[in-house]
Amino acid sequence: MAFSAFATTTQAVQAPKRTSRVALLLLLPGILYLALFFLVPLVALVITSLQAPAEFGDIGQFQNAFRWENYATVIGQYGAQILRSFFYAVLATVFALLFSYPLAYFIGVKARKWPLLQNLMLVMVIAPFFISFLLRTLAWKQLLSDESFVVTGLKALSLLAPDAHITGTPVAVVFGLTYNFIPFMTLPLYAALERLDTRYLEAGSDLYSTPFTTFRTVTVPLSMPGIVSGVLLTFIPAAGDYVNASREFLGGTGTTMIGNVIESNFLVSLNYPAAASLSIILMAVILVLVTAYVRRSGTEDLL
Amino acid sequence: MSARFGLGRWLLPTYTALALVFLLIPIAYTFVFSFNDSIKSNISWRGFTLDNWTNVCNAQDVCEAFGNSILIGVVATVIATTLGTMIAIALVRFRFRFRSGISLLLFLPMATPEVVLGAGLAAEFLGAGVQKGIGTIIIAHTMFCISFVVVTVKARVSSLDPALEEAGRDLYGSGPQVFWRITFPLLLPGIVAAALLSFALSFDDFIITNFNSGAATTFPKFIYIAAARGIPAEANVIASAVFLIAIALVVISQVSAAARRRRLAATT
Repeated sequence: MAFSAFATTTQAVQAPKRTSRVALLLLLPGILYLALFFLVPLVALVITSLQAPAEFGDIGQFQNAFRWENYATVIGQYGAQILRSFFYAVLATVFALLFSYPLAYFIGVKARKWPLLQNLMLVMVIAPFFISFLLRTLAWKQLLSDESFVVTGLKALSLLAPDAHITGTPVAVVFGLTYNFIPFMTLPLYAALERLDTRYLEAGSDLYSTPFTTFRTVTVPLSMPGIVSGVLLTFIPAAGDYVNASREFLGGTGTTMIGNVIESNFLVSLNYPAAASLSIILMAVILVLVTAYVRRSGTEDLL
Repeated sequence: MSARFGLGRWLLPTYTALALVFLLIPIAYTFVFSFNDSIKSNISWRGFTLDNWTNVCNAQDVCEAFGNSILIGVVATVIATTLGTMIAIALVRFRFRFRSGISLLLFLPMATPEVVLGAGLAAEFLGAGVQKGIGTIIIAHTMFCISFVVVTVKARVSSLDPALEEAGRDLYGSGPQVFWRITFPLLLPGIVAAALLSFALSFDDFIITNFNSGAATTFPKFIYIAAARGIPAEANVIASAVFLIAIALVVISQVSAAARRRRLAATT
């Protein structure tokens, strides 16, 4: 094992510095593909976001322009939905982290003695991936509907007002976002905790630290790369999601998120510039937040 | 340290068990309702039946959507796995300029919200006057799968011992011979994992598909549209069957990996 690690480093040193023709041939098709279907679409979004309605045109017809006020218009019109998306996404990320940390800790640290159990629990964590995302969300819609035993039970215990609902409320949307992205949080946390050297924890308690202090000063910092990956993998899709918040799923009229607005502007009302400028805003905010977050948590080399 | 408290010792295992059960609730619900003797909408329990399982294609549009999803998944997986594996090998084995730029280009699609990827491609197709359909869905799925393939295969290439390839060259193996007889078989588990991941991502994608599908349907899109008027139980059957196959594949791969480790431990 040690020998192969050594061999890898010598190989890396010997690797030719010039651009080899083979490397170019290997890279070119995939990079061209991404340029054509990832970068060009981003440019197309920027161009579309600045378009103006075509003169004497029909609905959905636009011409190229530099209408920067498109951005001001959508921010004025959909400011509430934009803020709500990030608020819901932050809540879902925090809940997913609180839910996943003890789970990942048990699987990655406590269950090390039983590899079979460890694998079984990991399969259970990723199992939701294998059933359609939309059906999972619809299952929760039925399980939280007004006739469900969850709601009738809560009402019987007076924990919920007699005329209250769960589906169609922000609670249901945040719940759905949290549930759907839990595996994205648990897996990176598990990967980080699984490598945690438990002798550090013993050292903590040998030095008379309380379990909580050991957790705060040893376990959490050592699992930071997992926390950062998990937070990014949960926050980014949650902020752009529009399935949970849609009215046919867990949302209602007051839960519309930026994704819903982009979808309805693009696919229903054919207001492409509005949809495009909202997309650019969403992407820009996420890039800024992600960069700031990764800098702050000191894990730049993670990517 | 938790041995001092009887309760503390059981708290974490109990929580873990409850959390795992919680994660499985919607799967159990979907599975149970695949046996529901429903008429139109599959919401309230009306009795047990096997009809949905024996006549899945009774709800014809479900089957058609499912077939499209399989076709799209297979084609997108083959293209993305090929392109992604080539990039992964180049990234680990060669040095070249613009390396950080290429890494960024590979990372960004994974950090971009799906709704932006979907709207961007749709804007491109709109501008270029491309008719949306199965072809554009395949293009979209291939795009977001490539990065995941690169990440998965790269890990495998990095862990590969270059001495094995050197041995092949020392024994006068030609470049292609060394690649196909040594490198490729050693990379295969990583490539298979990447292909399975790609297929799973493609099969379950709804957000990007919705922007680029035009009139074509996929299994998730069918569910999204049907959600307004009620999902037929046959959709639950397909989802449950796919789930069981996926779990079986995971278990088989785990068992065979464990067997391989045992064989390896026995020989060395």
